[in-house]
Amino acid sequence: MAEILSSSAAWGVVLTIGAFGLGTLIGRKAGKAWCDPLLLGSLFVILVLSLLEIPFSEYKASASPLSYLLLPATVSLAIPLYEKWELLKRDLTAILAGVLSGVLTSLCSITALALLLRLDTVQAATLLPKSVTTAIGMDIADTLGGIPSLAGAVIILTGITGNLTAQWLCKAWKITDPLAKGIGIGTASHAIGTAKALEMGRVEGAMSSLAVALAGVITAFLAPVFADLWL
Amino acid sequence: MRYIFQFCRILLMCLLGEILAGVLPLPVPASVYGLVLLLAALKLGIFRLEQVKEAGDFLIGILPLLFVPAAVGVMDLWAELESMLLPYLISAIPVTLLVMGVTGRVTQRICRMQRKREGKDG
Repeated sequence: MAEILSSSAAWGVVLTIGAFGLGTLIGRKAGKAWCDPLLLGSLFVILVLSLLEIPFSEYKASASPLSYLLLPATVSLAIPLYEKWELLKRDLTAILAGVLSGVLTSLCSITALALLLRLDTVQAATLLPKSVTTAIGMDIADTLGGIPSLAGAVIILTGITGNLTAQWLCKAWKITDPLAKGIGIGTASHAIGTAKALEMGRVEGAMSSLAVALAGVITAFLAPVFADLWL
Repeated sequence: MRYIFQFCRILLMCLLGEILAGVLPLPVPASVYGLVLLLAALKLGIFRLEQVKEAGDFLIGILPLLFVPAAVGVMDLWAELESMLLPYLISAIPVTLLVMGVTGRVTQRICRMQRKREGKDG
């Protein structure tokens, strides 16, 4: 069985899509933020590989067509950004200042945390891009010398936190403006948080997805500065 | 064929992004350069939206699925994950709340200032 699998090109992709599909189905039924299809799907794949004692490297090789699509998919995030350009232009100063303040808060907090807990540069580089969308965040971690897989795990956890706490937090911090809510949610908790913003309203959702792309690009240029100066 | 050409235009931006990442000395990922280049190509009218839209929307739609192989990579990193649990939890939970609050407040403050000014002008 293991031999047939290791000579097959298709099983990794089939397993991945199957696990993700199952995760989506459960997420839809349960309707809870922690039932993220990416989280559940990854856990199912880990479970199957562990049960069949298939090493990760073999799975990775067989699932590589999916990883190949990551780069063009990330680049395509320019398309929604282009489509929302008019929204961005109307409140340009507020949106840019908001996203920039959020990115700086995130980078400063992680740097402070890294210094306090005496993390090494690999660990710090893994954490720096944690508020950014998984696509860009894992790339940033990789470029700065962090561990992309672990960065992915922290990014997903960040997204779920944002999704679960967004409504409560906006109330507690007296953020009532729908535009400000969306920018806050998208900057702090990327696509998984945006799912909640979309539930809260149309303006919130649009602004949140706009903030995701902006925060990603801004972080990509600012994170190296932080990695250079303090770590 | 239309979708393959759309996909190819996006890939072309990826290629240029990879070249930029290789040539420029900044530690910025190729994907970010590619994203900025595609946005610029759309803004400058080099590509029209419908020349990339369907393929791009499809790719964005399956984006979470594409992360599964990388996320599964955590299975080889349990030891590392365990030793880093505390910093991971701190950066995922309190830092996220702080970032969301600060971003929201700053955006709201500036929005209100601008609207007040517009109100006076008008």
